[in-house]
Amino acid sequence: MKTTKSLRTLSAALAVAASSAAVGSSHDSVEVTLLTDNSPNSVAVFNALEAAFEQTHDNIDINVETRAGGTEGDNIVRTRLATGTMPDLFFYNSGSLLQALNPSRTLIDLSDEPFMERVSPSFQSVVSDGKGGVYGVPGEAGMGGGILYNRKVYEELGLEIPRTWEEFMANNEAISETDVAPVLGSFGATWTSQIFFLADFYNVLQQDPDFAEEFTAGNIEMSENDAILKSFGRIQDVYEAGYFNEDFASATYEDALRMLAMGEGAHYPMLTFAVTALLESYPDAVEDLGFFSVPGDSADANGLTVWMPGSIYLSQSSEEPEAAKVFLDFVASQEGCEVIVDTIGASGPFLIETCGLPDDVPQPVSDMLVYLQDSSRNAPALEFLSPLKGPSLEQILIEIGSGIRDAESGAELYQRDVRRQARQLGLDGWN
Amino acid sequence: MTLFGRRTALANQSRPLNLQSYYPLWFYVPAGVIYGLMFLLPTFASLYFSLTRWTLFNQEFIGFENFVEFFNEPFLLKGLVNTFIFGFSTSAGKVIVGMGLAVLLTSNIYMRGLLRSVVFFPVLVSTIGIGITFNVLMDPQDGVINAALAIVGIDGPHWLTSPKMAIYSVALVEIWRGVGLATLILIAGLMAIPDDFYEAARLDGASAWHQFWRITVPLSRPAIATVLTLSLIDGLRTFDLVWAMTRGGPGFSSDVLASVIYKQYQAGFYGLSTAGNVILFMVIALVALPIVAFLNREER
Repeated sequence: MKTTKSLRTLSAALAVAASSAAVGSSHDSVEVTLLTDNSPNSVAVFNALEAAFEQTHDNIDINVETRAGGTEGDNIVRTRLATGTMPDLFFYNSGSLLQALNPSRTLIDLSDEPFMERVSPSFQSVVSDGKGGVYGVPGEAGMGGGILYNRKVYEELGLEIPRTWEEFMANNEAISETDVAPVLGSFGATWTSQIFFLADFYNVLQQDPDFAEEFTAGNIEMSENDAILKSFGRIQDVYEAGYFNEDFASATYEDALRMLAMGEGAHYPMLTFAVTALLESYPDAVEDLGFFSVPGDSADANGLTVWMPGSIYLSQSSEEPEAAKVFLDFVASQEGCEVIVDTIGASGPFLIETCGLPDDVPQPVSDMLVYLQDSSRNAPALEFLSPLKGPSLEQILIEIGSGIRDAESGAELYQRDVRRQARQLGLDGWN
Repeated sequence: MTLFGRRTALANQSRPLNLQSYYPLWFYVPAGVIYGLMFLLPTFASLYFSLTRWTLFNQEFIGFENFVEFFNEPFLLKGLVNTFIFGFSTSAGKVIVGMGLAVLLTSNIYMRGLLRSVVFFPVLVSTIGIGITFNVLMDPQDGVINAALAIVGIDGPHWLTSPKMAIYSVALVEIWRGVGLATLILIAGLMAIPDDFYEAARLDGASAWHQFWRITVPLSRPAIATVLTLSLIDGLRTFDLVWAMTRGGPGFSSDVLASVIYKQYQAGFYGLSTAGNVILFMVIALVALPIVAFLNREER
């Protein structure tokens, strides 16, 4: 393969073409297959990683396969692991979703591999089984969950970044006097309904520092817990005040990003990975956007809920584990991070210790990095502190956010959902 | 049924069971093996797994807990209620609309052949395709349907995004999708009614309305029963259209049994999901069997 360095930055389509050419030309090489979700970001990143890796490794062919994302994807991953038909490597969430895969029985432990020394301990803790096994290397950048906002709208109305929920609602009130939708909802893509709730977890921890442990142990009744009820109530407040865009019930993720970039909506509760999609579709508008965390009760305790990156795992059904480890070594290196940044831009910090970020990151990302510089101003999302996440959360939050039920009854319903998950995982304290 | 029953009964009386007179019994073996492996074994395995908490890696026997869970969950129960709403409203809709179309398309109208094909056409289209298409058409803001309603000054409803409306919108599309087949069966039924009856009725001065209620409906009873049974069973176990259009949403408001079962499977609750399948099987059997028996009561 005679690709030059500048070619690396080209689109996913080129990378696919290059990789198929590689397959045609090599004979004695080992083939390693990687399964990723079919989001444009992941496909572009893994094709670019593949192309870059194969330049320096003649004897290993990486073959990228795609699968559906969301709950459909969870299903595919679980079934393929259980039936022993998982390809060598796969890209999947870290944290609670990993725990549902029964990692010690399905994945190869990487804790003794030399390249794991470069992976930051905070990341290792969310891809481990708690018994010493560590199973993945990060396949993307870290993210923050909060509110993407349109800075032009803020400028025109002379608004300040809110540091409490009350200030946030006051800003919404001011925006609602104009044509701009104060808050963008996109329940057409059901998963997006969860962000208000999940990204509020920093605030839960401020009120209740032991929440995650007590939650996992089954000691918390959510409908009676003040802190988590507030999280459930965020989306209810916004709905009841009528701050959502008119088509919030049917709009999709892409619709919401468009409305935000075009200034038709002011706030969009979202993870910062959306910056990549924005850079791709609305490159000129990204500098007009910014980011702040979901504000809580007190301006003094204002901080960010952090999402760990998804991870690449090595399946026990792999026939070429050694070759696959060579690829993992490459991903967990500075070279690997550079390929990712070149392909989709810098959307957040890498959890690989030798990797820095370029000086000019997009505005929303630099807004997020401010929170990461002060360790008291950020905390991991609940799914990285507890193996428990109920599968119906997105539907429950859509019901709360559409006025079908209130926060308290939603919390009650979620409690049952979580109890089912806890029993399925065999956790104590939930019977 | 009864005719066959009687004949066998007679045969049994007149002659003792003589295996020699049948084909050799080992002819049954291949079919028996396939039936056992592909149907009986999975059926009984699923009955067992419905009584366990199952992760695909291991299972724990928990008795009837999954079933208790199913009937205690508000949204699982909602799925059950919606299944009945969907099953009964679509089968009734298909018969009523189908009957109207069948009468129209057996009467003497211009381009009858073409119109029959047009009515049948939706049956040929993939259900998922229909679902996605109507998703676009029924969009509350940009959809063609509401745009058309707006021209005549009607503010169209939020077809698929209103929790009260969603399941009925899907049912409407299901009627549209299935009415072609219903019409076809009903046309066959109507054609089998001899013209003499109508002639005699006309001579006696019966109005068209009377002819319809006193001749057409009673004499096409077998066809109506067939349509009702088929569409009821179809409606009760429906999945693809609901999944393509709403995924059970908004929230849980248009979930049916099959979509609830699928979601439990997606969530990795394999035991619970299997228990749901057992419930679905029993619901269909319990609802469909008496109705079939009732509808075929006088058909002798």
